[in-house]
Amino acid sequence: MGMEGVGARVTRKEDKRFITGLGRFVDDMVVPGMKHAVFVRSPHAHAGITSVDVTRAETMPGVIGVLTGRQLKADGIGNLICGWMIHSKDGTPMKMGAWSPLAVDRVRYVGDAVAVVVADTRAQARDAAEAVDIAYEEKDAVTSAVRALEPGAPQLHPEAENNLIFDWSLGDLAATDAAIARAAHVTRMHIVNNRLVPNAMEPRAALGHYNRAEDHTTCWTTSQNPHVARLVMSAFYNVAPENKLRVIAPDVGGGFGSKIFIYPEEVVCCWASKKTNVPVKWVADRTESFLTDAHGRDHVSEVEMAFDADNRIIGLKVDTIANFGAYMSLFSSSVPTYLYATLLSGQYDIPAIHANVRAVYTNTAPVDAYRGAGRPEATYLLERTMETAARELGVSPAELRRKNFITEFPHQTPVIMNYDAGDYAVSLDAAMNAADYQGFAARKAEAAARGKLRGIGMSSYIEACGIAPSAAVGSLGAGVGLWESAEVRVNAVGTIEVLTGSHSHGQGHETTFAQLVTQRLGVPLDSVSIVHGDTDKVQMGMGTYGSRSGAVGMSAISKALDKVEAKARKIAAHLMEADEGDIVIEDGALKVAGTDKSVPWFQLALAAYTAHNLPAGMEPGLKETAFYDPSNFTFPAGCYICEVEIDPDTGHTAIVQFVAADDFGNIINPMIVEGQVHGGIAQGVGQALLEGCHYDPASGQLLTASYMDYTMPRAGDVPSFQISTSNTPCPGNPLGMKGCGEAGAIGSPPAVINAITDAIGSNDLSMPATSERVWAALKAATRH
Amino acid sequence: MSDVSLVVNGKAVRGTVEDRTLLVQFLRENLGLTGTHVGCDTSQCGACVVHVDGKAVKSCTMLAAQASGSTVVTIEGLAEGSELHPVQAAFRDNHGLQCGFCTPGMIMAAVDMIGRHPAGLDEPTVRAELEGNICRCTGYHNIVKAILAASQTMAAGGGAASRAA
Repeated sequence: MGMEGVGARVTRKEDKRFITGLGRFVDDMVVPGMKHAVFVRSPHAHAGITSVDVTRAETMPGVIGVLTGRQLKADGIGNLICGWMIHSKDGTPMKMGAWSPLAVDRVRYVGDAVAVVVADTRAQARDAAEAVDIAYEEKDAVTSAVRALEPGAPQLHPEAENNLIFDWSLGDLAATDAAIARAAHVTRMHIVNNRLVPNAMEPRAALGHYNRAEDHTTCWTTSQNPHVARLVMSAFYNVAPENKLRVIAPDVGGGFGSKIFIYPEEVVCCWASKKTNVPVKWVADRTESFLTDAHGRDHVSEVEMAFDADNRIIGLKVDTIANFGAYMSLFSSSVPTYLYATLLSGQYDIPAIHANVRAVYTNTAPVDAYRGAGRPEATYLLERTMETAARELGVSPAELRRKNFITEFPHQTPVIMNYDAGDYAVSLDAAMNAADYQGFAARKAEAAARGKLRGIGMSSYIEACGIAPSAAVGSLGAGVGLWESAEVRVNAVGTIEVLTGSHSHGQGHETTFAQLVTQRLGVPLDSVSIVHGDTDKVQMGMGTYGSRSGAVGMSAISKALDKVEAKARKIAAHLMEADEGDIVIEDGALKVAGTDKSVPWFQLALAAYTAHNLPAGMEPGLKETAFYDPSNFTFPAGCYICEVEIDPDTGHTAIVQFVAADDFGNIINPMIVEGQVHGGIAQGVGQALLEGCHYDPASGQLLTASYMDYTMPRAGDVPSFQISTSNTPCPGNPLGMKGCGEAGAIGSPPAVINAITDAIGSNDLSMPATSERVWAALKAATRH
Repeated sequence: MSDVSLVVNGKAVRGTVEDRTLLVQFLRENLGLTGTHVGCDTSQCGACVVHVDGKAVKSCTMLAAQASGSTVVTIEGLAEGSELHPVQAAFRDNHGLQCGFCTPGMIMAAVDMIGRHPAGLDEPTVRAELEGNICRCTGYHNIVKAILAASQTMAAGGGAASRAA
C-alpha cells in the first residue's frame, strides 16, 4: 500500500471540486423561499440602548421582519456562554457577564448586534437595517486590558467588579520567588502579544431553516465543530431540542479557531426563521468579520527568568493580563490558562514555574482561540526571553537552549504537563544545519557590504495538541469531554464510508483519513469516502481544533477499524475453514497465512450482508463504531530559524530564509503536513511583521476593519520555506501521531523577532515589526 | 433596473438586474455559478477573480451592467469537460490549495498571469503578481510552486495550454 497508504504523498481527493468551482460553502446554499438577514450593529463601543424603533424599517421594500433583542428574550433564547470554568486563586468562579445574541439594553463593543432585518434580498435588508432607529446613551469605553484594571476605568458588566473575570495562578510561587532570589542572573522582559484577527478567507455565514411541518430546524453554518454547535445551541441557547435541530457545516473556508465558537448570528438566524416562517441566510461582509469574529492573542506580560551560575534555568515567573473583549466567548477562558501557562516550561527543564493570569473585560470584540491558542503566547514569551538571556549572558542562543533541554522522557513539568516523547536536540541540529547557521557571519558581512543589516534568530517551541483526556480536562473546568467518534461502514460490495466527528476545512481529512483505511484494509483509496460535518449523518463528535483530528479523530477511526477487522477475520475464518488467528488482511483480501486461500474484500463484505453463511450466532452486516478518548495530550516540538535582511534607510524587513524542523511523530501524508506548516509559518510571520488589530483607545472604534487597514501576509511578504521533520512517535495514541496544524504559527513569531532584534542590535521592538517600528528602533539604538 | 446580456463560459445569458448589482452577484445569484467567491468588501482578496474579455478582473469591482456585452469565463468554465486546465491540475498536483475558498480566484489570476508572461515566470514575479490575491491557508509556498509548474507545462504545450489564457 505504499502508493496510497500511510506515509504516501497522495494528492487530495477533495481538490477536484475546489479547483473546478464546485465546492459548496454556506453562502452557496439555496433553499426554496430563502430570505436574507442583515444585522443592525452598535456603532458605539459602549452605550445604553434607550429605544429601538423599527417602524420605518418594517415598511421598507422587501422587508419581511425586523426583530429585536426584547423579542428574542421573550421567546426564551438563552445568553451565550463560556464553556470552560476557571476558578480564581481565591476559589471564586470566573465572573461571566450576560451576552444576549441581540443586545437588549446595553452594547459593549462596536459591532454588538442589536437587531436583525429579514428581507427578500440582501440589499433590501441592508437598506432597511439603516432605517432601524436606535437611540443610544454613550458611555466611556476602555479597549486596553491594562487600563481596564485601573481604578476609575469604565465598567462593563455588573458581575465583574473592576472588569476582572478571574485572577488565576498555576505553579509554586514560593519556590519560584526563592529561585529568583538566589539566581546568578535574572532576565526580565515586558512582552506584548499583539491582538490578531483570524481572517479565514470565507466570511462566517449561517442559514437557518425552520420546518413548521416537522417542527424541525436545520442550520447550515461555517463551523469547525457542528456537533458542539448543536449541543450548545440546544442545551444552552434554547434554539431547539437536539432531536429537532440538525447542524450542517459543509465546505468551510478556513477556520483557524474562529469558527469553533457559536456566535449570535447562527442562533438568531434559526430563531428568525421560526419567527418569520422563511429560511433566513446571513453572510458576513469582511468588515463585519473584522468587527465580530473572535479575535486572538492580546496578552501583556511581565516575565522573569532566573539562571544559576552555570546558565541553567532555575525559575520562571510570569504575570499576564489577557484581554477577553466585551463578552466571554465559548472557550475563551481556557486559552490564557490551561492552553498557555501549562506550556511555560517549553523544551526546558525548569524546576520552578509560577504564572499569574488576570482575564479582563474591555469594549472590544470577544477574544478566543486563534491558531495555537495560548501556546503561541507561551512560546513567544519564552523564546524571546531565552534569546535575550543568551545575549545578556554572552552565550550562544543555541547552546543556552541545548544546555537547558529536557532530555529524558516522560518528563513531568511543574505546570501540569507530562511530556511523553521528544528529542529537541535533533530538531535544533536539523534547523541549524539547514540554515547553515555556521555560515551566518559571512552572510552578515556580505550584507553589510551592501549596506544591509542581517540578523538570525531561532525559536525552540513545544506545544500540546490532541486535546485531551476527557476526565483530565473535566477536572480543569471543561464543560465537555474531548474524545472523538468514528463509524466505519463497510457497504455490501466492499466500498467504505467513514463517519467522523472531526471536521475538515482545509486539512485534507477526506484524503488522509482514507489513507489510513487503505493502509489497514488494502482497499483502493477511491473506494473510501469520508463523511463529516452533518449532525444527521454523524452521531456525535467534538470537532476540529487544537491539531486534534489526527491524534484523536484518526485514533477513533483506527479503533473502529480494529473492530471491523476482528469481525471480518471471524467471517473469513469461517468461510475458509481456517483458524481466525491465521487470517491476514492485505492487498484487498483476507488470506490464510502460509496458504493460497483467500477471500477478496468485496466478497467478504457481501458475505457479511447476505448472511447466508456466517459463523453461528453472528449478527449480519459490517459496521462498527468507536469513541476514542486520549490518554494524554501530544507534544509536537521543533526548532525554527529565521534570517532577515533589513534596509536601514526604510526599516523594511525581508525574510531571506526560514527553516522549520518539526517533530510531529508519525505522519500520514507528508505533502499535507508540509502544507500545514507553510500556512502556520505564514500566519506567524504575519503576526511578527504585519498584522495588528487596533482599536482607537478613546472611541473604541476598530481602526483595522478591512484589508485596506489590516495587513494580511501576501505572497510577496513571505519566502519559500525550508522544512523538514523528525520523528519520535507519540506513545499516547495508537497511530503515534502528534499533530501539525498549529506548530507553524506557534514557533515562528519569536524566530522572526529574534532575527530582527539581532540585526538591529536593539531588543526594544514589539510585534508587528512594521518598517516604521524597525526604523524607529534602529534609530533609537544607534543614538545610544 | 438594467438589462444585461453577456456570454458566460461559452453560453449566452441575459437578465434584468438592479443597477447596483455587481458582476459577482449576477454570476453567483442569477446564474448559480457559485465557484466565484466573495472574501472581502474592498477588492483586496481576489477570491472573485474571473476573466472578462480575456483579462483577469475582480468581479466585485464591476457592475453586472458594465459587463454587459462582454465574454466572461469563470472557474466553472476553465476545464474542458473532464480535462482540467493545466493550472487547475498544477494546483492539485502541488497541493496549492487547502480550504479551497481563495482557490478559484487564485487559479483565474494565475491563468491570466501565465498568459501575460509568455517568456515564462520566476518566483519573484509570481509572488509580486499575486499581490491582489490573499490566501490564509497555504502560506503561498505551494501556490507559487503550482503556478511555476503550470507555466512550464503550458510553455511546453502541455494540456489545453493555448486556450482560455
